[in-house]
Amino acid sequence: MTTPIISIRDVHRSYGRGQNRFDALKGVSFDIHEGESVAIVGKSGSGKSTLMHILALLDAPTSGSVELEGVDTSTLRGRNLNTTRNRTFGFVFQQFFLTANSSVLENVTLPMKIAGIGRSERKRRGMSALEQLELDDKAKSKAVNLSGGQKQRTVIARALVNNPRIIFADEPTGNLDTATGAVVEDILFNLNRENGITLIVVTHDEELASRCDRRILVRDGLLVEDSAALVA
Amino acid sequence: MKTLDLIGTAISNTFRSKTRTILTILAIFVGAFTLTLTNGMGTGINAYIDDTVSGVGASDVMTVTKASDAGLGATDSGPIEYDPDAVASGQVGPPGATVVALTPDDLSVLSDIDGVLDVQATKSISADFIDAGNGSKFVVGVGSLVAGQSVVLTAGSGPDKSSDALQLVLPVSYVEPLGFDSDSAAVGETVTLAITDATRTQHFVDAAVVGVAEESIASPAGASVVPNDALTDELFTTQNIGVPTDEVERYAQASVWFSPDATDEQITALQDRLADEGYTGTTVADQLGAVKTVIDGIVLVLNAFAVIALLAASFGIVNTLLMSVQERTREIGLMKAMGMGSGRVFSLFSLEAAFIGFLGSAIGVIAAILAGTGISAALSGSLLADLPGLTLIAFDPASVAVIILVVMLIAFLAGTLPAARAAKADPVESLRYE
Repeated sequence: MTTPIISIRDVHRSYGRGQNRFDALKGVSFDIHEGESVAIVGKSGSGKSTLMHILALLDAPTSGSVELEGVDTSTLRGRNLNTTRNRTFGFVFQQFFLTANSSVLENVTLPMKIAGIGRSERKRRGMSALEQLELDDKAKSKAVNLSGGQKQRTVIARALVNNPRIIFADEPTGNLDTATGAVVEDILFNLNRENGITLIVVTHDEELASRCDRRILVRDGLLVEDSAALVA
Repeated sequence: MKTLDLIGTAISNTFRSKTRTILTILAIFVGAFTLTLTNGMGTGINAYIDDTVSGVGASDVMTVTKASDAGLGATDSGPIEYDPDAVASGQVGPPGATVVALTPDDLSVLSDIDGVLDVQATKSISADFIDAGNGSKFVVGVGSLVAGQSVVLTAGSGPDKSSDALQLVLPVSYVEPLGFDSDSAAVGETVTLAITDATRTQHFVDAAVVGVAEESIASPAGASVVPNDALTDELFTTQNIGVPTDEVERYAQASVWFSPDATDEQITALQDRLADEGYTGTTVADQLGAVKTVIDGIVLVLNAFAVIALLAASFGIVNTLLMSVQERTREIGLMKAMGMGSGRVFSLFSLEAAFIGFLGSAIGVIAAILAGTGISAALSGSLLADLPGLTLIAFDPASVAVIILVVMLIAFLAGTLPAARAAKADPVESLRYE
């Protein structure tokens, strides 16, 4: 069997100390393989957001290990960590996090700007990502003037532009109506199927979770159900 | 992120919240404007003094007089004993003071003093009047130039030392009274100087006008004509007709040359040696040093006020950027999540601060240059018309550049606090929205 793209073992994460100590994760272990689509499901406060932050290397576990393609991520520091995040991950957020007064193209090319890619290359790749999401006619518009669906498509274009291995989607349809939400879902799952990009969706929307290959249920900081484990 | 992109992003971020940025820039503008004006005033006045210094005398020349026993004209030690060698002082000391005349013996003593390279007696000439042939006669002084001195000319050229022709430079205020149409029209004309000899006989000497000089407060000649060496000799000889030959060579003062690279200590030592021999040496720096110190002091105080204004403005920068960091928490978190390092985030906000500083200072400096030039022009025609050659507010590119850099540095330092806060932001905290 190939090395899983992400492998976490007995991950704990706690905040505060002493009496105020709060354990968000109390020992979670699982593997995610390249090309999978995984839904992390749970109620508010279940620890699913913390889990996603740890998977995306935005946060470090208090104890336990996180391996990215077999590399222990606790060895990654500073510039290396930043470069890894920049090259490997794409992020889609519920609240979009677009820079309101910048153009759609500028928003989309931000990850490449951070990576230090030249201006013309940025523009070329940014435009092709926008074309892929049928937003090329909006490239010069300001992000603030877009509709909700257009904004989320812009965010997906931004997540795609660096050719990531994994896309993290945190409630990607949370702010959208059903119809546009369905369109955004289709785009994400298409990317997963056709480009082989691993998709990790954090949601409490059961319908969206059911479209994923695999469903991981988190409750009170513990993994209570993993559909992959059931099959195995 | 590439540095160029970083700078570009910082600049475009500056204009995101226009009103706030503009208000901050205005605060810096006030400081930079004031600083440039006060600094310009220092530059202008000191440049004027420097010009004047080169007029008063070269930096390697000392004016030497023989110390009179009586010193001041009025002392409380009773009547001053008569000294047949005493002559009225031409330059040094209060009116009424006399100095003991220098004789050829004195000159040879002076030239033997260690450190003295050359000695030249100053021939004092008193002419009766000047006349250009239009019937009007005007009282005039006859000045002299020593090597290294120069006059500020409005037309023509300076007196030719080597020429045998009798030449002089006319002060600008004599041009019209003598009947010349303009400064340049006067050049090449002939004027007549009247001079009375020891036997009370008046002589007339014709000389060509080769130039017209501005009258600055400390110009070597003031409202005097400046003759060339040939004319000086001619006038001196004429004036001394009838004077016993052993009395001719009497000079109120002499100029002493020393090494141009002499240090202040060496100059002081030379003055001490002169004092030992009974002479008093005064350099140009001695005469103008005090004035310069006062002006530098005033400019320093004014600059301090401008710097206080800049410090106040720098708190404005801190405030603006802190608000900006607050507003852009999400964006900063996102950039960090996408792999932007803390160092780069810090640079982004610091650069933004420096750019705000640059805009404020550049606009302030330009406005100050425009205002200063206007004020100088207005004042030199009215209030300061008596000080020709004075540009009250002058700007030199180096000090203007220094002001811009200093303001940018202050802005950068002010920006470090908000920038550090932005750099510290935790992406997880910034992106939380539950």
